[in-house]
Amino acid sequence: MKNPRRNFLKTIATITGGAIAASVAEPFNALLYASSFPGKNVKGGSWYGMGIDIDKCIGCGRCADACKKENNVPREPFFFRSWVEQYTIKNDGEVKVESPNGGIDGFKQSVPDEEVFKSFFVPKMCNHCYKSPCVQVCPVGATFETRDGVVLVDDKYCIGCRYCVQACPYGCRYIHPQRKVVDKCTLCYHRITKGMTPACVEVCPNGARIFGDLNDKNGALIKFLKEHTCLVLRPHLNTGAKVYYNSLSTEVR
Amino acid sequence: MDPLIQNLYGVLTQVQGFIYPNEAELHWSLLIVLYPYITGLVAGAFILASLERVFKVKAVKPTYHLALLTALAFLICAPIPLNAHLTQPIRAYEIMITPHLTSAMAVFGFVYMWYLMVVLLLEIWFDYRRDFVVWSNEKTGIMKWIYKILTLGVTDISENALKWDDKLGRFITIIGIPSAFFLHGYVGFIFGSIKANPWWSTVLMPVIFIFSAMVSGIALVMLLYMLISLLRRVSANMECLDTIGRYLLYALILDFSLEALDQIHRFYEAEESFEIISLLMSGKLYITLIVVQILLGTVVPLVTLGLLQVYKPSEQKRRLIYWMDSALVLIGIFAMRWNVVIGGQLFSKSFYGFTAYKIELIGREGFLVASGLVVLPFIILGFLLWLMPPWRKEDGREYLKA
Repeated sequence: MKNPRRNFLKTIATITGGAIAASVAEPFNALLYASSFPGKNVKGGSWYGMGIDIDKCIGCGRCADACKKENNVPREPFFFRSWVEQYTIKNDGEVKVESPNGGIDGFKQSVPDEEVFKSFFVPKMCNHCYKSPCVQVCPVGATFETRDGVVLVDDKYCIGCRYCVQACPYGCRYIHPQRKVVDKCTLCYHRITKGMTPACVEVCPNGARIFGDLNDKNGALIKFLKEHTCLVLRPHLNTGAKVYYNSLSTEVR
Repeated sequence: MDPLIQNLYGVLTQVQGFIYPNEAELHWSLLIVLYPYITGLVAGAFILASLERVFKVKAVKPTYHLALLTALAFLICAPIPLNAHLTQPIRAYEIMITPHLTSAMAVFGFVYMWYLMVVLLLEIWFDYRRDFVVWSNEKTGIMKWIYKILTLGVTDISENALKWDDKLGRFITIIGIPSAFFLHGYVGFIFGSIKANPWWSTVLMPVIFIFSAMVSGIALVMLLYMLISLLRRVSANMECLDTIGRYLLYALILDFSLEALDQIHRFYEAEESFEIISLLMSGKLYITLIVVQILLGTVVPLVTLGLLQVYKPSEQKRRLIYWMDSALVLIGIFAMRWNVVIGGQLFSKSFYGFTAYKIELIGREGFLVASGLVVLPFIILGFLLWLMPPWRKEDGREYLKA
């Protein structure tokens, strides 16, 4: 070593430079992996998601109703954390979608029987994306993803700019008319952290909603994903959605 | 009943097809239309000013100071519609204190402060410093003190000091051009980066915003220059107007080409959202997009300004064309902002239907507040023109040459 001081400075510079580069690159990690297997969570612990079996949904709307009751969601038909849509594909290929009052009052088929090619119900909710556009755009970080994979809103921090509402491709967010901050499905975080299931899952009479931990290889959700061919909504947007639908028809958006 | 809820029940009767239940409320209203409109005027006016300062287009000199003061007046007003629109306006400061750096919106505060403090205020100060010193010596009473404060205590007006003013002012203008591009390109990025919305999500959005900003800013300064000349009963410099007209034409050609490219690309690719977007353009946006933005706001000015390049009618007729075109362009660009902001929220993200937008008259996001916000920059500009009239200014740079 001819010049120990210079070598020392070199080492320090390399370490500092590397650390800076790593910290700058860190937020871009999400860019490095495309849609991957749902159970991929490097942090360990639980990683929650939801399965929805469209074949089992009967459109009773109890999930949407229970959600409103459990989470004090305003009763007016403009604010929903969870709702049900009725899809009717007619013989001529036309798609008709309806969700009167989010399905809480049930559904009536408005298309005459002879014109119906097929019809089914699609329960909707926040997809708790792990590359979530709403988390990405929040200018103050009031919307965040918990360690166990749930997207939440800090209502004491939200400034109400509504950028997240624009960024959510699934229409899952609304501004709470009384609290004046953004509101959305929390996967009933207050329940699941106590070992209970979300209210919508609890009341579903047909077991169409399967709540579970994607890291629990013996759990109900992984079993559901193994036994069914599931898709997420709008996979091309690469949001990392964690609500998996069985029998999802291409018409569903 | 809460007026919002009442409004939403009204909207519900006008919904066409299917929208997600949460989509009845249109979240970015008239105020958010004003925000890109106002920042666009700032960026455009500044770029016109830099034509003279950096690119040495001497003919537009009579509008140089007016353009800078216009940019300042509008920039002061730019954050008002944003803040007024927040549901928690008192928490707005959080965006500066704890910015979430993956959000395009989080940078707004910094871009804004940079542009206001570093670019515009400094440039105007270097440009007016000598005049503040002269005026503070000429005036008496409170005005003397106001000008004295505005000098910030730097009262040296020796030739050497003025040379430095000029040098630094020019340097800041050079920084200012990319800053102006950044300010408005960034506003475009706020919309262009939303992948959930196919009407917004285009890589061209920031570029389109920059060129539409130039178009609107140039038109505004042109209109103001003619208006102020009229009020001061002096005749507007025709060479200046012809030159501004020419640059307005160039900017319009670029802007129109980019927007046309964007639409052609959209139509040719005809992705999943194609059907709903064509319905939007031929339906809900027909008047504001096809008639106002494209026909009146773009094609008419393009044709008339283009004709002036090959055929020169009398001064009076040309002036009339400039009045008409600058007003049409300003209306057209407002319609463009409307079509982007409101248009992008009228169709459901399910692509199966449309919601409706009812402007309220009163209320924080109502028509009256919005109108007030359009008038406010003009009042501020009036004050600035009274405080530091460009026509009473002995130009420091001219002074140096003499």
